[in-house]
Amino acid sequence: METVLPQETHATVDRTHGLYLLQQMLLIRRFEEKSAEAYSKGKIRGFLHLYVGEEAVAVGVMQALTREEYVLSTYREHGHAIARGIDPKKIMAEMYGKQEGCSRGRGGSMHLFDVTANFFGGNAIVAGHLPLSLGMALASKKQKKGNITCCFFGEGAAAEGEFHEVMNLAALWQVPLLLVCENNLYAMGTAIRFTHSMQELERKGSAYGVESAAVNGMDVLAVEQAAHKAVEKVRTTGKPFFLVCNTYRFRAHSMFDAELYRDKSEVEQWKREDPIPRLQQLLLSEGLISGDDVSQIENKVEELVQQSVDFAEEGTWEPVDQLTKFVYSELKTK
Amino acid sequence: MNNNNTIQLTYREALKQSIRQALQKDERVFLMGEDVGRYGGAFAVSKGLLQEFGPERIMDTPLSESGFVGAGIGAAIAGMRPVVEVMTVNFGLLAMDQIVNNAATLYHMSGGQVNVPLVLRMSSGIGRQLAAQHSHSWEPLFAHIPGLKIVSVGTHEDARQVLLAALEESDPVIIFEYTSMLNLESEISTNPETVDLVHAKIRKEGKDISIITYGAAVYKSLEAALDLAAKGIDAEVVDIRMLRPLDETTIFTSVSKTHHALLVEDAWRSISISSEISALIMEKSFYELDSPVQRLGGVEVPIPYPKHLEDACVPQKEDIVKKVIKMLHHD
Repeated sequence: METVLPQETHATVDRTHGLYLLQQMLLIRRFEEKSAEAYSKGKIRGFLHLYVGEEAVAVGVMQALTREEYVLSTYREHGHAIARGIDPKKIMAEMYGKQEGCSRGRGGSMHLFDVTANFFGGNAIVAGHLPLSLGMALASKKQKKGNITCCFFGEGAAAEGEFHEVMNLAALWQVPLLLVCENNLYAMGTAIRFTHSMQELERKGSAYGVESAAVNGMDVLAVEQAAHKAVEKVRTTGKPFFLVCNTYRFRAHSMFDAELYRDKSEVEQWKREDPIPRLQQLLLSEGLISGDDVSQIENKVEELVQQSVDFAEEGTWEPVDQLTKFVYSELKTK
Repeated sequence: MNNNNTIQLTYREALKQSIRQALQKDERVFLMGEDVGRYGGAFAVSKGLLQEFGPERIMDTPLSESGFVGAGIGAAIAGMRPVVEVMTVNFGLLAMDQIVNNAATLYHMSGGQVNVPLVLRMSSGIGRQLAAQHSHSWEPLFAHIPGLKIVSVGTHEDARQVLLAALEESDPVIIFEYTSMLNLESEISTNPETVDLVHAKIRKEGKDISIITYGAAVYKSLEAALDLAAKGIDAEVVDIRMLRPLDETTIFTSVSKTHHALLVEDAWRSISISSEISALIMEKSFYELDSPVQRLGGVEVPIPYPKHLEDACVPQKEDIVKKVIKMLHHD
């Protein structure tokens, strides 16, 4: 068995922050459950890749980033977009294809963009955004801007040539880049043991002189702590850092996936590591929160998700006569 | 053109002057690519620039086309004005995913939020006996992609000016330069007219036939026009220059004047720039024609090594002359 077993966390948390983390993860979970529902009603079409089970990674890492950092993600990016603070209403509207969406409906589920949040997709060619993140970090270095770039990708991307090119280039150029690998053990339907000759992914960093670490991606506090350390490293050294978050996707790869490649028992076993009950139990058992707090969060999240759906439903379709907009810029940017 | 002050220079020198001027003009501009610095450029185009501008602005890259082209896109998004050199178009496919799926799409799929003001320079074309893997004319391949602006540098004037125009754009621009022309000398004005990335350029006016061409075929077409003039045929030579978006107006205006159109290019003949222009003329200028549109393009074969076979792969001056005579005299 190659899976890295979750380790116990030693990180601590206070009530306010604990509640915040719980609410963020729960918001992503409920938002996506609602998305799946909307998908089955035909409201959302195309590909829909759910992040259920992996919420601790996006939420944990995002705590270490300021608004100034650049963030890039994959096609499984609803969680990152929400954790980044993009209005869930605009995200849902985007998935509905409405022009009120964060990418004006042009992108859909896989291409959530919000430049005001420094969130650059929503990139759906596996590993294709790694070179972009490298270039953005390079620009920051040249401009002495002081921000870092954080790029999320899966372990599938680590098998692409671009991952290796970017690790080399990032180390060679010494750019402030945090590479976050969400190892959910499956590249679509192929398990990591069939895709990586060496499955302790963090060890790939040393080949390029990139400092690396691995963390239990089912533990939001551990992820947050590891991300803070990694970001601190990137900031102080100006060099890249490779952070592997070992996690698990509870649901199918996309809505078209019959999940023939894994046993239900494996999924059930991982569900016992669910990051949401895990944090909730911890906060309850340490007396930081009460059952009432949990109910309040549940209600708040329910409300936010419903508002998102309402907003998307009420959204409007872009007129077809605008179809060819945004192929070329109308104005020259200076 | 102001002919009072002219300068004799090679196509290579014209390219270098444009890069140098771009670097002097805008702090955000930097040149990045394989061997652009310490080696001086694979074709000596950037020779001396590292010494003048330093390694932050003249960046040697490893052989990671996808990585550094993508990094150019990222840097462009984040406010820089990168000029990325892919040593030759032949290696361009290694960066094709970045070019097609990122550079060309980000502005659109972000709903107009993310501009990619990237300039990509690629040396291109046939003519140096480099055989099948190093002689490609892939302008049509790239010109197929909406979201990209594709420029072909067929003259010394354009070699001197196109890069500066490209750096004014908010969208990704790919510049095709021609390896076989690097040593070619020509005279250009010391105060050349600025180029816009909108219009085709009439290189020679004429009334009898429009030779519509681009890239390495421009000078061949101009030479053919000289020979034709001696035979009493007044050919107009249209340098398309912008392969995407196409300047249809200049093409249609020329065809409406001459009523005959010959399309000439080095790229493989089928599914080419000529195919597109031929179709456009048929759709929009059909009744202006006195004879069917004709094409001269690359022979559909991987480019062979021997000189005589290589020469036979693309239209030469003589082929153009012969074709025009045939079209106009129906013999």
